[in-house]
Amino acid sequence: MNEITLYSVISLGSIGTLAAVILYFVAQKFKVIEDPRIDLVEEKLPGANCGGCGLAGCRALAEAIVKAESLDGFSCPPGGNAAMQDIAKVLGLVAQESDPMIAVVRCNGSRENSPPKVKYEGAMTCQFAHSLFSGEGGCPFGCLGYGDCVVACAFDAMYMDEKTGLPVILDDKCVACGACVKACPRNIIEMRKKGKKDRRIFVSCINKEKGGPAKKNCAVACIGCGKCVKECKFDAIVLENNLAYIDFNKCTLCRKCVIVCPTNAIHELNFPPRKVKTEEGTPAEA
Amino acid sequence: MKTFTIGGVHPPENKLSKDAAIVALEIPKSVSIPISQHLGVPAVPIVEKGAKVKTGQLIAKGEAFISANIHSSVSGTVSKIDEVIDTSGYKRKAVIIDVEGDEWEAEIDRTADLKKECNLTPEEIIKKVNEKGIVGMGGATFPSHVKLIVPKGKKAEVLIINGVECEPYLTSDHRVMLERAEEMLVGISIQMKALGVEKAIIGIENNKPDAIEHVKKIAANYKGITVEALKVKYPQGGEKQLIKALINREVPSGKLPIEVGAVVHNVGTALAVYEAVQKNKPLIERVVTVTGVNVAKPSNFMVRIGTPVSALLEAAGGVPENTGKVVNGGPMMGKALNNLEAPVTKGTSGILLFPQVASSRKPLHNCIRCGKCITVCCMGLEPYFLAVLAEKNKVEDCESNRIMDCIECGSCLYICPSGRPLLDNMRVGKSKVGQLMRSRASN
Repeated sequence: MNEITLYSVISLGSIGTLAAVILYFVAQKFKVIEDPRIDLVEEKLPGANCGGCGLAGCRALAEAIVKAESLDGFSCPPGGNAAMQDIAKVLGLVAQESDPMIAVVRCNGSRENSPPKVKYEGAMTCQFAHSLFSGEGGCPFGCLGYGDCVVACAFDAMYMDEKTGLPVILDDKCVACGACVKACPRNIIEMRKKGKKDRRIFVSCINKEKGGPAKKNCAVACIGCGKCVKECKFDAIVLENNLAYIDFNKCTLCRKCVIVCPTNAIHELNFPPRKVKTEEGTPAEA
Repeated sequence: MKTFTIGGVHPPENKLSKDAAIVALEIPKSVSIPISQHLGVPAVPIVEKGAKVKTGQLIAKGEAFISANIHSSVSGTVSKIDEVIDTSGYKRKAVIIDVEGDEWEAEIDRTADLKKECNLTPEEIIKKVNEKGIVGMGGATFPSHVKLIVPKGKKAEVLIINGVECEPYLTSDHRVMLERAEEMLVGISIQMKALGVEKAIIGIENNKPDAIEHVKKIAANYKGITVEALKVKYPQGGEKQLIKALINREVPSGKLPIEVGAVVHNVGTALAVYEAVQKNKPLIERVVTVTGVNVAKPSNFMVRIGTPVSALLEAAGGVPENTGKVVNGGPMMGKALNNLEAPVTKGTSGILLFPQVASSRKPLHNCIRCGKCITVCCMGLEPYFLAVLAEKNKVEDCESNRIMDCIECGSCLYICPSGRPLLDNMRVGKSKVGQLMRSRASN
């Protein structure tokens, strides 16, 4: 072994040892003590980082839960009750059951119901079109149909229906993270209770104009006639600014309002087909 | 010949209606006068349904500092105060008046005599301009009295009069300079008095040699007013571009022209100021160009505010069969009309009809990083980059890359070989940055 090798080994070895000692003390000094439970909680979360909980991501939610030592006010929309129960087990807390939610598109102004009157050629984003004009169909409240919500969805739970020009939400994929609600410049999409057996009833219109002007642009607009309000025995429907709104916490899914609506603005989803009652005197459709 | 230094494009000029003298358009049967025709706070209506109004009567009051009064442009009965569909398809509040005859307010001098003398103090002039609802006639409709008040600590050195009319097709300012030059120059001297400046420069692009010669000849009789011919380049009519071209000063980012001692007014505004101060006439009519390659009679009309656009189109020979787009304003900055019944407002400088073949956008391709948009940007911005930032919702990055300096001239969109919606995205970015700045200011 020649001298150069020897010196190299000794000098590098001693530098290494010295550095190791310094690093040891530095590590001791600047040690970050993190609650080990944060990692455990994060493991139980879906890891989608969707932001549906209102925090920056799954890690942020885990930190917040561990810091608060309670599950009140926290929820993970994609993980649902199952995830919260798992976390409750890890932390020895009690999680409250929350109703699963789902996004709902409150506009039915399809190309057929609200025929295009003008042609739009600008940037194909709802954001810009909204600032520019009222929409091809003319309704200043309705869906513009350029799909900002679909772009925002991180779960492939939405697509634009080619025929109607409206977004469609897939029940089994939507995790209610709320990204589409934020993306829509017209606040058409609402987070509603998923309902028993996924059954939902909602007013598929947000037009606040009076009946005449609303109907002029769209055949299925809510005209604010108030028939549904009178029909509802549970005070679940309120009429405000010429627009009916169904409170999903009060609604019992009886479907009576759907029948009375003269413009078919109230939608029912995932219900079995109605039985045709002939003996009670309902006029049979000729 | 002078011009601005950074960027600019040369769209085909197509000044089809430049030889058509201004014709007064017939008063329509009913007018709808929007209560917000200016930048700033909407005016508050002071007439009730069923009220009888005379031409020139105040019908809505601009109560805030940045706001403008609205006057009736016709005489008749207020049939309703309701929301009407405006050029964008959204509803805006307007006063709708059914026309009966044409009876003017008594104080308005309707004679054509030129009144040169003006003995009012600057304060009285500004008050009168405010009362008569004068706003910038170039298109941005900024209330004129605000521009005539020099903020404390600042000094106005020169009044710049914008006779550039760099938008292709439009000729309303051109006709004003040819037909109403004398009145306009009195208006300019009144504005000079209000601002306390000794010097005024009228900038006119070189494609209007008749106007340059005519105004030069008359301006020789007025002290301190000079006419400057400018090289033709879009967007020379932009405030900041015109200041750079005429007095070679650059307005700092985010600041107003008064920062460099300049105040810019349009020729149409100068005429309106003359009429308001000397003749007591409020801003109730304006010159509107109706033009397009297939239009039967490209014309310049003197139109009462509130007249539906369809009446103008009819007077110009109707809408040609193959029309694809009707634009409110010029081809570069104008916006396509959503409905032809929308009323003419104080900011309507022209109505342009595009045939179907010319109205579509270029097919959309990916950005090829050619940098043409940067070359033509008159504010020295990077439109391709800002458009991407705005699209991706990077609001703070948009702000730090000076998106608010964009004057929305549309040069980038015009030049882009890939048909990218650059300005569209930048407008979204600008509105988001504006929101951010407002929320910061309110905190």
